[in-house]
Amino acid sequence: MTLNRRLFLGTGAAAAASLSAPALLADGHGKPRVIVVGGGAGGATAARYIAKDSKGAVDVTLIEPSRTYFTCFFSNLYLGGFKEIDDLGHNYGTLAAKYGINVMHDWAVDVDRDSKTVSLAGGATLPYDKLILSPGIDFVDGAVEGWDLSAQNAMPHAYKGGSQTELLKAQVAAMPEGGTFAMVAPPNPYRCPPGPYERVSMVAHALKASNPTAKIIVADPKAKFSKQGLFQEGWGNHYAGMIDWIGSDFGGGDVSVDPAAMTVTIDGEVTNVDVCNVIPAMKAGRIAEMAGVTDGNWAPVNAADMSTKADPDVYVLGDASSQGDMPKSGFSANSQAKVCANAVRGALTGSKVFPAKFSNTCWSLIDTNDGVKVGATYEATDEKIAKVDGFISATGETSDVRRATYEESEGWYAGITADMFG
Amino acid sequence: MRTVPVLPVALAACLAAGAALSDQADIEAGKKVFSKCIGCHQIGEGAVDRIGPHLNGIFGRKAGAHDGFSYSKSMKRAGVDGLVWTAETLDAYLENPRALVSKTRMSFRGLKDADDRRAVLAYMRDFSDKPSDLPEAEPTAQGTDHDLDPEILALEGDPEYGEYLASECLTCHQSDGGADGIPSITLWPTDDFVIAMHAYKRKLRPHPVMQMMAGRLNDEEIAALAAYFKDLGQ
Repeated sequence: MTLNRRLFLGTGAAAAASLSAPALLADGHGKPRVIVVGGGAGGATAARYIAKDSKGAVDVTLIEPSRTYFTCFFSNLYLGGFKEIDDLGHNYGTLAAKYGINVMHDWAVDVDRDSKTVSLAGGATLPYDKLILSPGIDFVDGAVEGWDLSAQNAMPHAYKGGSQTELLKAQVAAMPEGGTFAMVAPPNPYRCPPGPYERVSMVAHALKASNPTAKIIVADPKAKFSKQGLFQEGWGNHYAGMIDWIGSDFGGGDVSVDPAAMTVTIDGEVTNVDVCNVIPAMKAGRIAEMAGVTDGNWAPVNAADMSTKADPDVYVLGDASSQGDMPKSGFSANSQAKVCANAVRGALTGSKVFPAKFSNTCWSLIDTNDGVKVGATYEATDEKIAKVDGFISATGETSDVRRATYEESEGWYAGITADMFG
Repeated sequence: MRTVPVLPVALAACLAAGAALSDQADIEAGKKVFSKCIGCHQIGEGAVDRIGPHLNGIFGRKAGAHDGFSYSKSMKRAGVDGLVWTAETLDAYLENPRALVSKTRMSFRGLKDADDRRAVLAYMRDFSDKPSDLPEAEPTAQGTDHDLDPEILALEGDPEYGEYLASECLTCHQSDGGADGIPSITLWPTDDFVIAMHAYKRKLRPHPVMQMMAGRLNDEEIAALAAYFKDLGQ
């Protein structure tokens, strides 16, 4: 049953790896084995770089349930009408065919670090020499009073790409004239720090065209947020009077929801809403916890190679890791994946390992051709990934600069998806 | 109410400071050097745009911003990113146009001799607004000689290290040379690559991301990247 779940595409290396049954892999298999769990910005990049740079010397298996992966980054642009959902979808055909990666569309359900194996929902048990977990995020139970995952249809989180994003867009489109869109923003730390505020901008952009008397309320447990000055300047310029951001200083952290009644209660005041986007507090994707490499909500890692503090043969990339100063973003995960891939390949094949360098840039769109960005470079210290240098867009920039920033973000999307999926 | 004359910002800034003239000998020598330019550029009274834009008042002007002239996408991007023509940036541009503005339409191999560049800039400066009033400060100050140390250009990069470092570039720049919104950097001649990266590092080339990325690369790392990208995609 495992075999028919695999992709039989392309090169001899891929076919040979796929035909070897798991039982044979466990003993006497010559090549070192890397299993990567999660095919997003961290996992797909790590798998591709290890396979590409080891030129067949390392057996790489990528476990990802989705056949088509919808990026969470740029999903707000879909909500705003700037992208189609198909623009955000990617598949793993090239990773299998061109790089010989054994892509398995299955769920990893357990990790046994003593026997160094990963169990899949489909029944297979796969051995590894090095395990890379890049599972993204899950939500903290009970983080928003009245909400749990069973309410995600009535009140979507839309904080993982794909069907949730489509649902939220459909709900915004169906709002009655002059209706209310509410967002419950997450506490730190969470995936994509400017994400909720770019989303507010994009929803406002869509509503301004279709439903200009609609209102947006944001209940925020934080007193300030990423690129706040830039967003608030943009909201004033483009969406005056439409957006009411309630920070923690004004009771934004005291919030509960009732998905059946479609109400939001902020600081004791009950409001009827038409759409409610609940973005709960986050934690590492569950497989990291099951592997026993988390401490609290996240998996602490060593900055030099992204190996976990708990186990030198288990690595955690991206949102799920607790690493220091880098924001949880697709760009960060992609950057960490390359450092990790270099270290893992070095450990398994003796190839040269170079010092870790990390970087991140987050672009956000406020309105048509009004793009802003924030970015930084980082280095590995003994304690953490530490920020070296950074920049942020300035308020009051010319429209030419803002347009160029947006065009640059589109170039980045093309670049990073090519870097992830080949 | 008194009418206040509106002056271009650069000129206003210039008038505020003291005055000095460029060396007359430089201007004379520069006129000769400018003969390499007149196929495309006019300068002086009655100058108009031809293949290239006219160059009256070039000092202090934003790159790619002279109304009515159709610039390359690359030059317009440089202007939007913040490139302003000063003696220092013009000096870098004249030395190697493509190192400063990658896909400039100015088909000119550059003036390698620093004296030639100083002379032609002195000549061009004479056609700036009120040259006699221009101070020896931005934007017309003679740039310090920005030539890269030949030892830096001669560094042999380690392509294996370059491949690792390049993985950071490839988050945005595509390895197959594709360029939508972000320029291609593959198959770039080594010297041009090294000069361009050092220009970012020294903040001559504008762009906050690139200045940040180049800012922390040392000479060996820039050489390694150049060694890797020169053959990538072949």
